[in-house]
Amino acid sequence: MILDGKCPSGPLSEKWDKYRREMKLVNPSNKRKFRIIVVGTGLAGASAAASLGELGYNVDAFCYQDSARRAHSIAAQGGINAAKNYPNDGDSIFRLFYDTIKGGDFRSREANVYRLAAVSNNIIDQCVAQGVPFARDYAGYLDNRSFGGAQVSRTFYARGQTGQQLLLGAYSALSRQVKNGSVKLHCRSEMLDIVIVDGEAKGITVRDMVTGKISSYAADAVCLCTGGYANVFYLSTNAMGSNVTATYRAYKKGAFFANPCYTQIHPTCIPVSGEHQSKLTLMSESLRNDGRVWVPKSSGDKRLPHEIPENERDYYLERKYPSFGNLAPRDISSRAAKEVCDEGRGIGSSGRGVYLDFAEAIGRIGEGKVRERYGNLFEMYEKITGENAYRQPMRIYPAPHYTMGGLWVDYELQSNIPGLFVLGEANFSDHGANRLGASALMQGLADGYFVIPYTISNYLAQTKPGKVETCSPEFVKSMVECEASIKRLLCIEGKKTVNEFHRELGTIMWENVGMARSRESLTKALKLIPELRAEFWKSVKITGSEAELNQELEKAGRVADFLEFGELMARDALQRNESCGGHFRVEYQTAEGEATRDDKNFCYAAAWEYKGPDNEPEMHTEPLVFENVHLAVRSYK
Amino acid sequence: MNLTLYVWRQKGPDKPGRLEEYEAKGISPDMSFLEMLDVVNEGLIKKGEEPIAFDHDCREGICGTCSQVINGIPHGPQEKTTVCQLHMRHFRDGDAIYIEPFHAKAFPVIKDLIVDRSALDRVMQAGGFVSAHTGGAPDANAVLVPKSYANVAMDAAECIGCGACVAACPNGSAMLFTAAKVAHLANLPQGKVGAARRVCMMTDAMMNEGFGNCSNHYECQAVCPKGIRVQFIAKLNREFMKSQTTTRRD
Ligand SMILES: Cc1cc2nc3c(=O)[nH]c(=O)nc-3n(C[C@H](O)[C@H](O)[C@H](O)COP(=O)(O)OP(=O)(O)OC[C@H]3O[C@@H](n4cnc5c(N)ncnc54)[C@H](O)[C@@H]3O)c2cc1C
Ligand code: FES
Repeated sequence: MILDGKCPSGPLSEKWDKYRREMKLVNPSNKRKFRIIVVGTGLAGASAAASLGELGYNVDAFCYQDSARRAHSIAAQGGINAAKNYPNDGDSIFRLFYDTIKGGDFRSREANVYRLAAVSNNIIDQCVAQGVPFARDYAGYLDNRSFGGAQVSRTFYARGQTGQQLLLGAYSALSRQVKNGSVKLHCRSEMLDIVIVDGEAKGITVRDMVTGKISSYAADAVCLCTGGYANVFYLSTNAMGSNVTATYRAYKKGAFFANPCYTQIHPTCIPVSGEHQSKLTLMSESLRNDGRVWVPKSSGDKRLPHEIPENERDYYLERKYPSFGNLAPRDISSRAAKEVCDEGRGIGSSGRGVYLDFAEAIGRIGEGKVRERYGNLFEMYEKITGENAYRQPMRIYPAPHYTMGGLWVDYELQSNIPGLFVLGEANFSDHGANRLGASALMQGLADGYFVIPYTISNYLAQTKPGKVETCSPEFVKSMVECEASIKRLLCIEGKKTVNEFHRELGTIMWENVGMARSRESLTKALKLIPELRAEFWKSVKITGSEAELNQELEKAGRVADFLEFGELMARDALQRNESCGGHFRVEYQTAEGEATRDDKNFCYAAAWEYKGPDNEPEMHTEPLVFENVHLAVRSYK
Repeated sequence: MNLTLYVWRQKGPDKPGRLEEYEAKGISPDMSFLEMLDVVNEGLIKKGEEPIAFDHDCREGICGTCSQVINGIPHGPQEKTTVCQLHMRHFRDGDAIYIEPFHAKAFPVIKDLIVDRSALDRVMQAGGFVSAHTGGAPDANAVLVPKSYANVAMDAAECIGCGACVAACPNGSAMLFTAAKVAHLANLPQGKVGAARRVCMMTDAMMNEGFGNCSNHYECQAVCPKGIRVQFIAKLNREFMKSQTTTRRD
């Protein structure tokens, strides 16, 4: 099937206006007759629930944490992009659009990305109005910094805690609606299934994580804002609970999963320190504004960093990409790090690491200034490694961080299932094959504050409110199935823990579907994953019962989904016979090791349809049409 | 390293709880405290026993989910550090470690080390926001904010809402938590408009949720993983006084 993104016709810069001119509205007094489910309270979910509640809809918001404020967005450090052009350095909506399209290696949908750039400025206004304490200069104006993949300073930030401050802003807007009675929060609730009635999304089934009770909620539309799936690699920078369950189970109910192989490996994370490692910690990309990345020139050089003289160091990013230098995009920087480590020039006891050095910056602007900009990151680094990065360079290495793939959505952020909308990292639409830094926060808030309030109304205006109730057979069936699958997990009573399986899956994914993929490694993954999955269903051990708070059971459900989803990722990576952005196939590269795209054959989004447990999924495509940009070879040299 | 742990085990909210002894063997100093507990839990599961339930998510000191009292101190011995960021290199081989939940009247235990902190959310819902509608906000640079004000607002806004301040306070008070939000918003022009109403609503909610009062022990500041200072409580009191003298409550 050829999918249609349903982008409005007309010039790029007028599409969104055209859409808003033509869309259908729900009359104010009718809004309260509609009920909307929002799963997730990260930037996308909290902003959506708050805005929809404010418009007068009845909203039920769900999250698995004990408070909406703890969603994974809280951990974002570096900043959020917007085309304000406050520094007068040449930015514009078109440039932000172009940088994002190019950064995504020309694998995203033009109209969506343009809209994102166009509403970016409203986001900053909105957040300031909420009391988000962005960094300011001495005159009281907002301050900006640079991020990877851009030659302008367009990133707004709040120390090293931008995600926290933006989420607390959205959470405060959400709290205000809770007080107004328009939003009802359901925390410690895990969505296990989506309920489809007559082909439309009309509700969800959730497990109360405290009592274990399974129940269903009916609504007129469902928004999934459940974040990304980088935890398929076991070790990632994501929160421990981040999962694919919500989106994967929607996929199993018929929603198409697009570009699952597009995963982002972030270049600057603290290297793995041992077997026990449970997660990896990101050191914000903003550090690359002032830090210089290097390794020794010769392999096997075991000297301490300060013993290695300048002329025996290789500042490889500055050498290979002189115009972007240390701010080369993430996919490129990560691969470059892997390359130097593969050559035996990696540093640290494992040899899987490179230096991020602040000596030059400290000399140039002083330690005080460096502390002011990045103090909390240096502190965090010291807590984890016991090393002082003002005195010696940081050790960093790439780690799974973000997932560009997600449920397929059209211009309205609606999936192929009517009534099912997908926002934030959970959808696939805006970042193509690689996301630029500071663009995920922008997308989450754009989707929630400024897109969904319009597009959902276009859907609701064409439906009748309260069409279904939870006593209908589809809901009953969904609850029975969820209960049965939990029972099935609990009665295995095997020998291996859930974590052991997750770690093994992570190793398979990292080695075969990670930073560099080949036909061979992917074929191998496609053999190993089903084997591991079969073993999981034979010999996983879960203690406790279903009728209580049971963290092992929660994890088991998520890992069971990862064990299926990993296969879909490998399959997608195998069909894409090209290298683009975060998807690097070793067979497709230039003599210098740069990715080689194949625009003739692969300029499409791949959207997978579930065909049952014993059948291969079917791939549909959405051709990507570029009317406003020229498909260039991405160069950062 | 080998350690002896005494861990609070409690089946459910209305069940009795008690300290149980566990051995943590072969612990590396590079592990985080929670990774040490992961190791213990893996061992328990293998033996068919129920693992120790504890809250955690980001494991990088920002989400505020982790919440344990270690040797009598919320978040443990290291200053300005959440449990998830605490590393085993701060303990010695052979140490005995006592691990309990964040005990407070307003935080009922759900299971083992997990408590219900939804009271904090309700304090926020009472008024911890600026009533800004989505859309229609003026240009972000239309209202200038002196850098010093923005910095103080940010200092207060760094609160991660973990509730360690409540757990440390002999009165189980949420004054530092509430003060941080009040001070954050009262320091910004955008938050000034609703300041009087906000402080009244939030302090009322705080009392209704069963949090105690502040009697200047400063334990909250001592354990706060984000270094939120008690000066903000002074700011809260000042805002409260102002609200009583300058505005009529509706
Ligand atoms: C360490 C780190 C730093 C980052 N820094 C930046 C940065 O500087 N700039 C930038 O632009 N981006 C950054 N990112 C990326 C960005 O933070 C995320 O992409 C973005 O916050 C995702 O927001 P979201 O709302 O889509 O999802 P999330 O914030 O992940 O929220 C997901 C929500 O869904 C809920 N949920 C998930 N599954 C279920 C389920 N089954 N049932 C019920 N609820 C569920 C969760 O409870 C949560 O509320 C960073 C990411 C990381 C990991
Ligand atoms: S787990 Fe997030 S702060 Fe500790």
